[in-house]
Amino acid sequence: MLELKNISFHVTEGNSQVDIIQNLSLTVDNRKFVVITGPNGSGKSTLAKIIAGIEQPTSGQILLDGEDITHKSITERAQLGISFAFQQPVRFRGLQVIDLLRLAAGKKISHIKACDYLAEVGLCANDYLNREVNSSLSGGELKRIEIATILARKTNLSIFDEPEAGIDLWSFQNLIRIFEKMREEIEDSSIIIISHQERILQIADEIIVLADGRVQEHGAGKDILPKIMDTEASMPMCRKFQ
Amino acid sequence: MLKMDEIQKRLLLEVADLHDVPMGAYNLRANGKSVGRSSSANIEITPKEDGSGIDIHIKPGTKNESVHIPVVMSESGMKETVYNDFYIGEGADVVIVAGCGIDNCGTQDSEHDGVHRFFVGENAKVKYVEKHYGSGDGQGSRILNPVTEVTMEAGSSMEMEMVQIKGVDSTSRTTKANLKADASLIVRERLMTHGKQYAYSEYEVSLDGENASADVVSRGVAKDKSYQKLDLRIVGNAACHGHTECDSIIMDEGRILAVPSLEANNVDAMLVHEAAIGKIAGDQLIKLMTLGLTEKEAEEQIVNGFLK
Repeated sequence: MLELKNISFHVTEGNSQVDIIQNLSLTVDNRKFVVITGPNGSGKSTLAKIIAGIEQPTSGQILLDGEDITHKSITERAQLGISFAFQQPVRFRGLQVIDLLRLAAGKKISHIKACDYLAEVGLCANDYLNREVNSSLSGGELKRIEIATILARKTNLSIFDEPEAGIDLWSFQNLIRIFEKMREEIEDSSIIIISHQERILQIADEIIVLADGRVQEHGAGKDILPKIMDTEASMPMCRKFQ
Repeated sequence: MLKMDEIQKRLLLEVADLHDVPMGAYNLRANGKSVGRSSSANIEITPKEDGSGIDIHIKPGTKNESVHIPVVMSESGMKETVYNDFYIGEGADVVIVAGCGIDNCGTQDSEHDGVHRFFVGENAKVKYVEKHYGSGDGQGSRILNPVTEVTMEAGSSMEMEMVQIKGVDSTSRTTKANLKADASLIVRERLMTHGKQYAYSEYEVSLDGENASADVVSRGVAKDKSYQKLDLRIVGNAACHGHTECDSIIMDEGRILAVPSLEANNVDAMLVHEAAIGKIAGDQLIKLMTLGLTEKEAEEQIVNGFLK
């Protein structure tokens, strides 16, 4: 279970202070598929980074399964069971897909196991295992590999920062299927997805709507979704691709 | 059985992946002397008359054979220059593994300068692997100044893997190649320097024949206060294709000078060069840290991957 208590995050721009997150509190229970949405600039990605330890909150407290992790490093949080999928997956010169999957799994996994993770995200291992994670891969391919690294980690809390960003519509259809499967197989873990795509919001157990760095709404997906349809927090796909 | 001490055996493993005597033709040189040599039916290794090195003759049509000629030095204060000439017959397809490991625990400098000349026959195919490695905690420097000269006949191809990952204090590497029609050369160089090391690597590849091609890529990592100078030059004298690339990671107080250069002396020469130097990107470190690695482990993985 993840608990955020009175989290604030400010940055200084020139002489003025900008409040990105303001006194935000929320709880994500185990076995929950939670989507955090809201208009651009509402603080969604910052909040995801604060949970992963990439950004430090100005004030407030973060608890993971009752343990205070507010001042723990990115590495320590990862080791405690938090995974984070980047909005813009990172490219590496030289590191291959198999290397990244092995680092994610934390051990020397076999080729067969690595194949399983890639198959889950719809990539053929023969074509990808030995590919470098560099700019020769498309945005959609990188995104799927990023998700495969999260699958390989098998952690209790997985955070995905706008998984739909920067991928083509064809890849998006497959992405939805991956998340639907993750939703079915959630067991005792929990998943937080930052997104404003309607198709992702539709499979959420809970939806949290952020606005101006605060929680505007938090409730069951079926209750929240009708309220935010056709707003900036919920954007349908182009109809031809529905 | 070869007479080598444990240090020499370790060096042999580092530079040639050998635990013991290799299969096929070989010449092992330890502390200035040949300690083992074997020719095969198709590959003949003979010492030069003046004792300055060896000649390796590979018969035309020799397929799937290998030659190992590693050098190990474990005495402090040694300095030697060795001349090895390779004559690769027409249509042969062989692997040549060279390399030098120096362990210097003393106060005097140890230096090995290997001058390798390759004469690659028509339509022959060669894979050449050269690894350089240094160890030992003495005050004396470990110095390697290899010179590689390649003459490639029509239709021949050569792939060179040049690796210097650790422990060599000072190196000046010179590689020259001349390619005739339809010949192709691929070079993959990997350099890592640390401490106060100095590495200078110079390539000059002349594409003299029609449809000759070269792809010369050097990847380097300069750590601590080390310095690297990379001078990669391709000269197009015919209708040819050439590509050269220096790609470097700079760390700590390291310094790198990359000088890729092209010279076209024919209107149909197509030559491209690229060069990039940069530190490890912060988001790369963060990504690996989100997988549970410490910052130092992440850095090691990125460097290892880059030099793999």
